[in-house]
Amino acid sequence: MKPAGFAYHDPQTVAEAVALLGRLENARLLAGGQSLMPMLAMRVAFPDHLIDLNRVEGLDGITVEQGVLRIGAMTRQRSIERSAAIREACPLMTEALTHVGHLQTRNRGTIGGSLCHLDPSAELVTVAAALDATIEVAGPEGQRDVAIADFPLGFMTPALAPEEMVVAIRIPLWPREHGYSFMEFARRHGDYAIVSAAALLVLDSAGRIARASVTLGGVGAAPLRVTTAETALVGEAPTPALFRAAAACCEGIEAMEDPQAPAWYRQRLAAVLTRRALERAWARATGEAA
Amino acid sequence: MTHELHDITLVVNGRSHPIRVEARRTLADAIREECGLTGTHLGCEHGVCGACTVLLDDQPVRACLMFAVQADGRAIRTVEGLAHGDTLSPLQKAFIEQHALQCGYCTPGFLMLGTAILEQNPDIGDEELIEILSSNLCRCTGYANILRAVRAAAAAMREEGVA
Ligand code: FES
Ligand code: FES
Repeated sequence: MKPAGFAYHDPQTVAEAVALLGRLENARLLAGGQSLMPMLAMRVAFPDHLIDLNRVEGLDGITVEQGVLRIGAMTRQRSIERSAAIREACPLMTEALTHVGHLQTRNRGTIGGSLCHLDPSAELVTVAAALDATIEVAGPEGQRDVAIADFPLGFMTPALAPEEMVVAIRIPLWPREHGYSFMEFARRHGDYAIVSAAALLVLDSAGRIARASVTLGGVGAAPLRVTTAETALVGEAPTPALFRAAAACCEGIEAMEDPQAPAWYRQRLAAVLTRRALERAWARATGEAA
Repeated sequence: MTHELHDITLVVNGRSHPIRVEARRTLADAIREECGLTGTHLGCEHGVCGACTVLLDDQPVRACLMFAVQADGRAIRTVEGLAHGDTLSPLQKAFIEQHALQCGYCTPGFLMLGTAILEQNPDIGDEELIEILSSNLCRCTGYANILRAVRAAAAAMREEGVA
């Protein structure tokens, strides 16, 4: 359980890190290390070069400006969890973070690391999908934006060229009075979820659903926006029956199968968690739940 | 090239240890092997058990999930730094009094995690305390006594006016 040898690089700027990525063969970026370190220890990853981002300037920080939340890639999960600005502007993220690993791992783990590791069940990726986030990517030619919907290329594979790296995530904020909920089922608290569900709702002045977002994590290689459920919700008056009907859309989704759970189990979980998340989001939108 | 050695300084419990390590040396191994401080234990070596928990700039982290080169110059605290001479810390005393250890393998990790909790949030609620403590594995005690020890230490510290 010891990592194999590698050459260690310790850049100070994004430009240096990108240059190293372009120059070195079989190099990997090291962010918080809470997923990569176990992979190195178990030798399922064996890079010749590790490029440590922990001393790169300007990669961490949280800003809320003109309706957009921006979080630097190296911002620790713990800082996000404790950010009063995020709790107020984007409480879905705060709630999701309480399911991410443990105190010790959140102290090191970063949002950029979670996004790039792209575990199918990673809470932060699901949240990013639920909120239509944009990923800021730096490369030799400068910076470009990638919509979260285009970010997962496949199983644990982000849409990044070998010489590119994520520098930040941008999230367009929902109106202040929106309702939200993040729920998941995991065997043990802190484990990756078998299935997670994120729900967001906005009610109009007549109390009908003006906007809805329903997202599932853990069912496939990438988070799944359940657009059929969203369409079923918008324009309707929220009732338990409506939520049940919308959640039923999740039973028809394609779900993966692995040693943890068969596909049918994930479909059932998806429907149950979605219904509960919608009910909680509704209660929050109407001020009936905290 | 991949076995290149790096000269770094680990500052453990206020004492500087100038050491020379390969980049692949984890912080936990460097603390044990190069600094000779074997109080920090290694259980799983891949971030699951929490036995290797140390405080990095006062925050609990898993020392097997960091490389020593990354901790160059940072303030590290380990179980050896808890007692003052022969006087145990309130948490260490409480562990003994509440029978919060049996084999003791997990104890250094729990002590460092508990120390961070007591420093940052001594009035922590039960639910959150259980959540945080459950991140470390103990195969002997069943956790209840560990929980009780953290509570007892918080009470003792309040009495002494430490917290
Ligand atoms: S030895 Fe570090 S978490 Fe188990
Ligand atoms: S006391 Fe034996 S593992 Fe905890």
